[in-house]
Amino acid sequence: MKEGKISLEEVKHIAKLARLRLSENEEELMTHQLNNILLYMEKLNELDTSNIEPMHHAVEQVNVMRDDKLKPSLSSEKALSNAPQQNGVFFVVPKVL
Amino acid sequence: MEYEAVIGLEVHAQLLTETKIFCGCSTKFGAEPNTNVCPVCLGMPGVLPVVNRKVVDFAIKLAIATNCSIASVSRFARKNYFYPDLPKGYQISQYKLPIAENGWIDVEVGGNVRRIRIRRIHMEEDAGKLIHDEHQPMSYVDFNRAGVPLLEIVSEPDIRTPEEAALYLKALRDIVVYLGICDGNMEEGSFRCDANVSLRPIGSRELGVKTELKNMNSFRNVQRALEFEIRRQRALLERGERITQETRLWDAAKGVTIGMRAKEEEHDYRYFPDPDLVPIVIDKAWIEKMRKTIPELPNEKRRRFAEEYGLPEKDIEILISDRSLADYFEETVRYFNNPKMVSNWILSELLRELNRSNCSPSNCPVSPQNLAQLLELIDNGTISGKIAKTVFEEMYSSGKKASDIVKERGLKQVADEGLLEQIIEEVIRSHPTEVERYCRGEVKLMGFFVGQIMKRTQGKANPKLVNEILSNKLKNSQQG
Ligand SMILES: [Zn+2]
Repeated sequence: MKEGKISLEEVKHIAKLARLRLSENEEELMTHQLNNILLYMEKLNELDTSNIEPMHHAVEQVNVMRDDKLKPSLSSEKALSNAPQQNGVFFVVPKVL
Repeated sequence: MEYEAVIGLEVHAQLLTETKIFCGCSTKFGAEPNTNVCPVCLGMPGVLPVVNRKVVDFAIKLAIATNCSIASVSRFARKNYFYPDLPKGYQISQYKLPIAENGWIDVEVGGNVRRIRIRRIHMEEDAGKLIHDEHQPMSYVDFNRAGVPLLEIVSEPDIRTPEEAALYLKALRDIVVYLGICDGNMEEGSFRCDANVSLRPIGSRELGVKTELKNMNSFRNVQRALEFEIRRQRALLERGERITQETRLWDAAKGVTIGMRAKEEEHDYRYFPDPDLVPIVIDKAWIEKMRKTIPELPNEKRRRFAEEYGLPEKDIEILISDRSLADYFEETVRYFNNPKMVSNWILSELLRELNRSNCSPSNCPVSPQNLAQLLELIDNGTISGKIAKTVFEEMYSSGKKASDIVKERGLKQVADEGLLEQIIEEVIRSHPTEVERYCRGEVKLMGFFVGQIMKRTQGKANPKLVNEILSNKLKNSQQG
């Protein structure tokens, strides 16, 4: 793809940020597909939107809020029950610094 | 070459709400690990966050108090990164359209007022807490703090010296504490500060390469870390070396900042609007409602205390450092109109007892009215200042009124001139050697005589009368 919107390097970078391990083939495939998507999106830029307020949200609602009132939390037993690794008190993860 | 520092601060203030920002879990500190958690703050699939209205209220209050413009439409965004203390893989924060922008705080530096601009204030959620195992390659995660509401306050790089940085930070801390939206505790991490600092030749408009300083958990440490970092950067620049843009951790024990190895990817957060949260629209009515709840802020109070009470700056700083202490002072002055005397008593006796019993002025066992009564008793000569201190201690421990204690324990000052004269004559008679030495010019023996007289009256003699009568009698014996 010559007029690419996104380079192979950028795809690698994004994959790294998203913790995705891609093979070389997949990297190329993703670059190709993402470029198709972005070029398609480019079509939208043909519309003049200079006088239109950016849309903040797909629904028109605003100010959905709750009062500052306590609700019951989970027991730690329940909270930890789906964890790949836990010690009954904490979630356990490989050491990070 | 002469350099100047360019400093900007990023402050995180943990808000004093009952519940978290997007769920009804408690924000209480010190609970058993992973007990203040629910599907929302654990980032379970399919759950929806709902904003705590009080967080928005608090943000509006701070925005008003720091002269910011409040956005009529504000929205939440996702800040994406992976770290085990972040259950969702993103932090809900604000990016474009933060709740407030373009404010300022005035601080007084060496007699001059410096205006430090605030770039933005935004709402966000805190992350969980990681504990690292010292013996095994493991870390433990407690999500109780995940979702606790924070306000991030970002200053413009208007700060030029470490001292200014500390003053700005103190001013901001005083404001959040006065507003009652944050407890302002730096040691416990409910008020945290990161600093960006770079150097540039004086006169230059360009910004140099900056470093970001973290891990400073007191005002003093912020100042020390900045002082060190400025010295370090200056030394590098003077040797013709470059500054590396990086995050550096302050090591308070060693007094140095240490660079953290960071991958450049780490700062690519790919912010985008959070589709789970709808925009927040703030109208004038909401802002006005919040404005009405804002108390007199520290800067105004400082000015008023100087004008209204004519107190020295040092007294004012301590009194206004705690809103309830300032209130206590004013309440006492309402009953006993001698501001300096009230201030002296509060700053010495009262604060000592409060600190000793780790008590706040608002729960003080001695009410302002009772303290005023005690001061009245000194003022009208019923008790001496010295006895008053003993009375005060008893008032503090028993909660009794000053007049009751004075009556019960017979502490009323001896102001009967006849009786005092008699006692003084006895003292003079029983110390002929001291009298002789006094007459030969050892005037400092006066103190000794006063001490003897006080001893015989259990400290209850009216000091003014004692001095008068004693001087006269000694003068007489000199002549005689
Ligand atoms: Zn929760």
